Amino acid sequence: MKISKLILAAAAAALMSGSALAQDKINVKLGVLNDRSGTYADLSGEGSVVAARMAVEDFKAADKGINVEVISADHQNKPDIGSSIARQWYDQDGVDVILDVPTSSVALAVSEITKEKNKIFMNSGAGASDLTGKACSPNTVHWTYDTWALANGTGGAMVKAGGDTWFFLTADYAFGHALERDTSALVEKAGGKVLGSVRHPFPGQDFSSFLLQAQGSGAKVIGLANAGADTTNAIKQASEFGIVQGGQKLAGLLTFVTDVKALGLATAQGLVLTEAFYWDQNDGTREFSKRFAEKHGGSMPTMVHAGVYASVLHYLKAVEATKGKDATAVMAKMKEMPSEDPLFGKGEVRVDGRHVHDMYLFEVKKPEESTADWDLYKTVATIPAAEAFRPLADGGCSLVK
Amino acid sequence: MAEIFGIPAAALYGQLLLGFINGAFYATLSLGLAVIFGLLNIINFTHGAQYMMGAFVAWMLLAYLGIGYWPALLLAPLIVGVIGMVIERTLISHLYKLDHLYGLLLTFGLALIIEGLFRNAYGVSGLAYAIPPQLSGGVNLGFMFLPLYRGWVVVASLVVCLGTWIVIEKTRLGAYLRAATENPTLVQAFGINVPLLVTLTYGFGVALAGFAGVLAAPIYAVNPMMGSNLIIVVFAVVVIGGMGSILGAIVTGFALGLIEGLTKVFYPEAAATVIFIIMAIVLLVKPAGLFGREI
Repeated sequence: MKISKLILAAAAAALMSGSALAQDKINVKLGVLNDRSGTYADLSGEGSVVAARMAVEDFKAADKGINVEVISADHQNKPDIGSSIARQWYDQDGVDVILDVPTSSVALAVSEITKEKNKIFMNSGAGASDLTGKACSPNTVHWTYDTWALANGTGGAMVKAGGDTWFFLTADYAFGHALERDTSALVEKAGGKVLGSVRHPFPGQDFSSFLLQAQGSGAKVIGLANAGADTTNAIKQASEFGIVQGGQKLAGLLTFVTDVKALGLATAQGLVLTEAFYWDQNDGTREFSKRFAEKHGGSMPTMVHAGVYASVLHYLKAVEATKGKDATAVMAKMKEMPSEDPLFGKGEVRVDGRHVHDMYLFEVKKPEESTADWDLYKTVATIPAAEAFRPLADGGCSLVK
Repeated sequence: MAEIFGIPAAALYGQLLLGFINGAFYATLSLGLAVIFGLLNIINFTHGAQYMMGAFVAWMLLAYLGIGYWPALLLAPLIVGVIGMVIERTLISHLYKLDHLYGLLLTFGLALIIEGLFRNAYGVSGLAYAIPPQLSGGVNLGFMFLPLYRGWVVVASLVVCLGTWIVIEKTRLGAYLRAATENPTLVQAFGINVPLLVTLTYGFGVALAGFAGVLAAPIYAVNPMMGSNLIIVVFAVVVIGGMGSILGAIVTGFALGLIEGLTKVFYPEAAATVIFIIMAIVLLVKPAGLFGREI
């Protein structure tokens, strides 16, 4: 009798602990919202989903009692489409975190909705520094880069290297204007001079006319305040018109590794640019990039992909630490604990939501310097985290007291 | 230095020349559209996608088969033209009896499908295609640096445009074509294979788009979206010139290139819209277009 009672008790205990374990499982749902079919599909797109899944695997979330589901959608670079997907995800599909979101106008809209629903938005793909400035939100983390950091990196370096007169080729919409504004401010602060600018229709196709105006201005540096196909087309045509051979320098203010790959080294050589990540920096980035390429048709990750990976890792760490997914608690934890991952090294999330880490100034290699298909950059300088981003006090974010 | 409206004259000449070069692209593309519309009455919205295919076929020939620019200039339009003829035979030919609108919807849908397929296979960043070595470099004209390749684009386009115009307006073949569109039944009664003639014409119009695509490959990014940006402008050119008018398409193409070039100097923000403003004015004043026949 005694023995059977004992067995019964043991069985009951086992049952209870079993159910307790099941209750401890935390279910989180991550939604990757980005451009899957348009201009930014290569630099974000499916690659960001691959990166998010890799982060979940590498974190061994399942072993730590966290059940993670990753879903994705195409916002087509349109704020209205992005907003309605975000609302549906939060209201009906139980999404806890929205990731990536390139295209600043969409990112700003998603940031607002996330605040309203008290969820979490970890941006990697968008550029507008307003996300952690005037439009900052307690629920948003801006991980990878922003217009201020780009201007600071490329603008600062060019002026220092003697490029003290500038002419801008600016895409005629919000992002281009912001990039021109931030870079002009920096150039002038560093003692340089802006000789003029020309606003080209977006998207453009033929830039020869604008390039000729830039050439005529006699500026030492031609700043390309545009992105994607506009940048690659402008660079391609600048090379055709012998602008660089004529002694003027091009500054690609937002140039991704996929753009350089598309241009080819013969055309892009010598271009100076700022990025937060390059696959061939150290063993950590190389190991990650190799695995990423295997899963993504041989393409190396962009800094946007890297940012999605690192931000998911940081989020999951915070979930593990708080043993829950309450947005307020997890956000507090993410800002409290420093971040560390193989791609960005050590960093931190500031009170305004800006993730700060080192930024890098790269120069595109000459064809004869390149030894492999994706061997594209050499590092010119490392911009330490403390100097790489806009000082906390200057952003005008209401969370900064 | 002499100045015109506050712009140094030398800079202005440069801009005019650039406008003329862009006009060459508009002319070649709108010529293909005009041929197809004038002789087949099909509003070919696939034209932009076919232009993109021309550039991609040139790239593929080089990347997969090692065939360079010069052979590609002939081969790519041929390949794209043949694909066009297959599309005409299998799909478009069923719509001749219906309203124009059906042809427009079909070709627009086809354009979206073709662009989607290329985007899926090659991504959106674009591919690099080098300028042929014989044409790299440039000459200093005094007022500007003219890349040799751009000069070549103008010459090649002019030759192709004039050639097409002569064939359609001055030769026996052209006469058959024009007759076949006026009264297909009668022409067929004379023993001429009208459906074949129509298919060949569509193939030729499409080949013109492919040719423009190869010309564009070295200077614009070879990108699945390259045609969709351009096609709307080209349609405006055709409307201004007069739907179906061959000479109208050529002259308007070059003229609008010039006007757009000037806009880029005086008010760059309007460069993308100026063509449509002109289109609106022309439609109000002369609805059939500058060179179109009043119906």
